[in-house]
Amino acid sequence: MPTVSMTVNGKAVSGEVESRTLLVQFIREHLELTGTHVGCDTSQCGACVVHVNGEVAKSCTMLAVQAEGANVTTIEGLANGDDLHPMQEAFRNNHGLQCGFCTPGMVMTAVDLANKNKNPSEQQIREGLEGNICRCTGYHNIVKSVAEGARNMGG
Amino acid sequence: MPDGATNTGIGASVKRVEDKRFLTGKGNYVDDINRPGQTYAYILRSPHAHAKINSIDTSAAKSASGVVAVFTGEDMQVGSIPCGWQVDSADGTPMREPGHPALAQGKVRYVGDQVAIVIADTLDQAKDAAEKINVDYTPLKAVVDLRDALADTTLVHDEIETNISYDWAIGDKAEVDAVFDGAAHVTKMDIVNNRLIPNAMEPRAAIGDFDRASGEYTLYTTTQNPHVIRLLMGAFVLSIPEHKLRVVAPDVGGGFGSKIFHYAEEAITTWAAGQIARPIKWTAERSESFITDAHGRDHLSHAELALDANGKFLGLRVETAANMGAYLSTFASAVPTYLHATLLAGVYTTPVIYCNIKAVFTNTVPVDAYRGAGRPEASYLLERLVDRAARETGLDQVDIRRRNFIPSDAFPYQTPVALAYDSGDYEATLSSALKLAEVDGFAARKAEAAGRGKKRGLGYSTYIEACGVAPSAVAGALGARAGLYESAEVRVHPTGSVTVFTGSHSHGQGHETTFAQLVSDQLGIPIENVDISHGDTGKVQFGMGTYGSRSLAVGGEAIVKATDKIISKAKKIAAHVLEASAEDIEFAGGNFTVAGTDRSMAFGEVALTAYVPHNFPHEELEPGLDETAFYDPANFTFPGGCHICEVEVDPDTGTVEVVSFTAVDDVGRVINPMIVEGQVHGGVAQGIGQALLEGCSYDEDGQLLTGSFMDYAMPRAHNLPSFKVATEETLCAHNSLGVKGCGEVGAIGSPPAVINAVVDALADMGVTDVAMPATPQTVWRAIQTAKS
Amino acid sequence: MYDFNYQKPSSVADAVNAMKAASDGKVLAGGQTLLPTMKQRLASPSDVVDLAGCGDLSGISASGGSVTIGAMCTHAAVAGSSDVKGAIPALAAMAGDIGDPAVRARGTIGGSIANNDPAADYPAACVALGATIKTDRREISADDFFTGLFDTALAEDEIIVSVSFPAASKAAYEKFKQPASRFALVGVFVAQGSGGARVAVTGAGENGVFRVSAMESALSGNFSAGALDGASVSADGLNSDIHAQADYRAHLVGVLAKRAVAAAG
Ligand SMILES: Cc1cc2nc3c(=O)[nH]c(=O)nc-3n(C[C@H](O)[C@H](O)[C@H](O)COP(=O)(O)OP(=O)(O)OC[C@H]3O[C@@H](n4cnc5c(N)ncnc54)[C@H](O)[C@@H]3O)c2cc1C
Ligand code: FES
Ligand code: FES
Repeated sequence: MPTVSMTVNGKAVSGEVESRTLLVQFIREHLELTGTHVGCDTSQCGACVVHVNGEVAKSCTMLAVQAEGANVTTIEGLANGDDLHPMQEAFRNNHGLQCGFCTPGMVMTAVDLANKNKNPSEQQIREGLEGNICRCTGYHNIVKSVAEGARNMGG
Repeated sequence: MPDGATNTGIGASVKRVEDKRFLTGKGNYVDDINRPGQTYAYILRSPHAHAKINSIDTSAAKSASGVVAVFTGEDMQVGSIPCGWQVDSADGTPMREPGHPALAQGKVRYVGDQVAIVIADTLDQAKDAAEKINVDYTPLKAVVDLRDALADTTLVHDEIETNISYDWAIGDKAEVDAVFDGAAHVTKMDIVNNRLIPNAMEPRAAIGDFDRASGEYTLYTTTQNPHVIRLLMGAFVLSIPEHKLRVVAPDVGGGFGSKIFHYAEEAITTWAAGQIARPIKWTAERSESFITDAHGRDHLSHAELALDANGKFLGLRVETAANMGAYLSTFASAVPTYLHATLLAGVYTTPVIYCNIKAVFTNTVPVDAYRGAGRPEASYLLERLVDRAARETGLDQVDIRRRNFIPSDAFPYQTPVALAYDSGDYEATLSSALKLAEVDGFAARKAEAAGRGKKRGLGYSTYIEACGVAPSAVAGALGARAGLYESAEVRVHPTGSVTVFTGSHSHGQGHETTFAQLVSDQLGIPIENVDISHGDTGKVQFGMGTYGSRSLAVGGEAIVKATDKIISKAKKIAAHVLEASAEDIEFAGGNFTVAGTDRSMAFGEVALTAYVPHNFPHEELEPGLDETAFYDPANFTFPGGCHICEVEVDPDTGTVEVVSFTAVDDVGRVINPMIVEGQVHGGVAQGIGQALLEGCSYDEDGQLLTGSFMDYAMPRAHNLPSFKVATEETLCAHNSLGVKGCGEVGAIGSPPAVINAVVDALADMGVTDVAMPATPQTVWRAIQTAKS
Repeated sequence: MYDFNYQKPSSVADAVNAMKAASDGKVLAGGQTLLPTMKQRLASPSDVVDLAGCGDLSGISASGGSVTIGAMCTHAAVAGSSDVKGAIPALAAMAGDIGDPAVRARGTIGGSIANNDPAADYPAACVALGATIKTDRREISADDFFTGLFDTALAEDEIIVSVSFPAASKAAYEKFKQPASRFALVGVFVAQGSGGARVAVTGAGENGVFRVSAMESALSGNFSAGALDGASVSADGLNSDIHAQADYRAHLVGVLAKRAVAAAG
């Protein structure tokens, strides 16, 4: 069985996996970081989005072995102790979540979007969320959250 | 927050208590739970829509690597999965209710029907082994289309000799027919309410667990109502007494109705856990959800509206065939009847109504309640018909509605279809929506769009719904096999903090916040001191769960009642300590005061005294401060309102863009405006999804063509605008909070507004109807047909 | 997913050798198509040869009137490349509209064209721009490369190294998205290059990407939307599925072609 090593949320981790083990399985089952969710089996919903070497990735569409040596951030790695990340804070402030299932992937995508565009327009936010499905919120408050989060991250 | 940053009471947009755990990845959903010694299940499903099972050979699978057990229907001889509502046909015969086995018994009736469960140490091993099972099927002809099913040439269930479960009616047909004979104008339409796939983002999951020592079963499941599952599964399917069965619904990632029902996988994993005495986890893959979660809607109707020369509605006549799928799911029989036909008066004074419903079996996934359940079908039918009637008679869309509104001074108002509305003001929501939608400027916007080659349209929907499900007496009279009250326990701890146990369940609605607001407001204690506990039959004594927008109107009322009991007991305690009579104790701002004096006790002091008494007169006053209440509503609640949609259609491609959507709803008193708006946004998005994007499609052999997000179009952020949302309040007349319910209004009011807008945009091209979902191709074709 | 043997060679030559040695090998690029297919158990390679370690497959360069894009360049890299934006802005824009940000961060040009999904965007760009596909062993013109549904001229063990696009004086891509998958229901790429006007259509054809010669000749003398007024494509040979019937697709080809020409200016 292959062994993989990577850095997850700043911590060096390693484990024995099968070649077919997906990154999301490694994160959820081996590392017991269950904040990253699985909402589909066709790479369409974005519930599983994490950052790999600073870029967004659907962890359901990546093998654990492909992340060998990588720097991975999951939703659990965003907050600084008890202080929420500005994007998390913005979601809470604007009621950007209901059931919370899409939320981790949504927030990880939003942070990436804001990293690349400090002051996104509503249109740019809506397009940037194209790969993340939310069934609860109708996106209205998510869009508001992302705009506020981006502003507060930039500041 | 309207009333200042510290306000956490009724009417304040308190930030949600639950958010921090969800935002930091600490939510606890069923698939996040792992039990010691856990195994994994894969469920082998039928690839055929209809087939006879001649034999199942599991021997190779049983000896495959890592496999713990394989079971088929032959092994699992248990009770049938029950339906919760009994509906009688018009001729008095009870509905036909064929057996609904958890694992197929000799026959499969839809693609996805459960055939075997494979349990192994890992999921991949279970899947690998499932490929080694050899099922010998004789495929049978499938009946998929509703119209074909009505012909009864191919039967889904041979034993009942027809595909019709019931043929039900409401209203006096002869009386209605007579009205039509004398009408100045009759508007007629064939209306399809498209079949939808709910797709809560968290796929269903279940973990069955069995404790060998105590003989107790535990089921962790993605349900909206753990107690109902315990009742249905324990009593009817597995015959496990309730004290030996605990059902836990932890964080649940959205439901929208689809997680109300008792599903086969719950029974299979629980039963099999007992067989192997190890925990078993099953989690649906999304493709599996598509073919096993109960679908929604799927009505085929013919509707006729009779009007007099002044545009007043004289009568309504409706014939509906409602698809049940292959088996009757938990609520299925109630949806087209009690939740649809009884809503056909809408907000109008139509004096006579007749509606006939045929519930029809097909070889498709069972169909049951999905956000709105029956009421979106009713509002769509009615509001399309009213829109058409206005176009045919030359009346203005707003005018025809105003002429027929039930006036605000006519409440309580008895409709001809069983329901009695308690309160409402339809003119208020309409006029507020007209302003918010800036209808006055529409003509200019339409002209500007025309300059860009685009067609603009405006569509209205003035709708009503019945929620707060349900007054048990009414529900019982209508065939519900259980009362639909709610229960709550308010437990005050010695230091004055409070745990509220509610039978209602939150899967996105924010109960942990709204319910805490209620109790904090009522007891005058900080909201941080109130914890809401739900979703565990081991903790909460009983409950009917969350659906039919009932959480606040029914569950919240039960909490208020239990809190009232706490206050009256606390008064007795304060009276005892303060040496006064209980009648003289006043309670305000968290303090118990002897009227007209400055002698008082804070809530916390009373709580402590309740648990550390030395000299209570025990015959009159027991220690402790813990109260339970059951609340059974006197009536349904009737939220209503006006939705206005503005669209822009690209006539070259048929693309529809929703440029603006306005919803003004009357949901009764608003406890947390932020949460109410969020519920409306979500409902409207699902309604726009139904109107423009989502259409479930089967081929003639019963294979689902829209079986993944690759083919079933879910609304995404860029499909939707930001919404304009507001509320107008008339209070519910029969509950103390005055609340009505907000969970479904968005999905009920919006679809007709969208389609009416599309039709309006294309009216000058001769288009009179566009089917849902109004995809670009559908719209383009409607234009081509109108042109030729 | 079935298990397999994972390999990560460090050069194209080693990757080709690994493929030759494997009983049923598959190269892995961004994995955005291969992994979902394997998850559904629709593919079961014995060996997966990850190209991520082959440094010789990345990089974008512009020279002598063309841009060359390494096979492992992601859609995001192409969309953001100043070389691509400078030479063929329409190509950068097209890459920037594939899938969603996460798909663009991993999906590659090599994977996209090797896969030749009939609704993918790159095949239309390659054909309209007259691209040349360079593999470990030869160069193939785009016209010869795309041979049918999910089918290409590549041998089983052949690896794409890069794709060269000659700059066009005018080019634009109009994509009409299938509402669920957001792949192209119909996509039309038009380009005015040294060899004349080209119109390539994806999403619509039963055999994948195709050129519309009637439109190309209409445009060759007069590259304007008006030149396409009389030109239409026949519904014969176009796809019909739950999202669109052939006649609607044929209609869209006409509408999108005009819009693309207008956008190309
Ligand atoms: C949600 C989603 C949305 C998408 N939307 C779009 C869209 O709108 N438009 C669009 O065009 N595409 C879309 N795609 C597909 C996406 O662009 C894929 O990235 C692409 O098709 C495959 O590229 P890849 O690098 O991921 O290849 P892989 O998945 O790794 O490989 C695909 C195939 O190509 C082969 N292959 C890969 N690289 C090479 C090489 N260098 N030489 C030879 N063979 C090779 C592999 O063996 C495999 O057979 C979408 C995908 C997803 C998941
Ligand atoms: S789980 Fe849906 S995209 Fe990864
Ligand atoms: S909050 Fe429930 S899916 Fe987005």
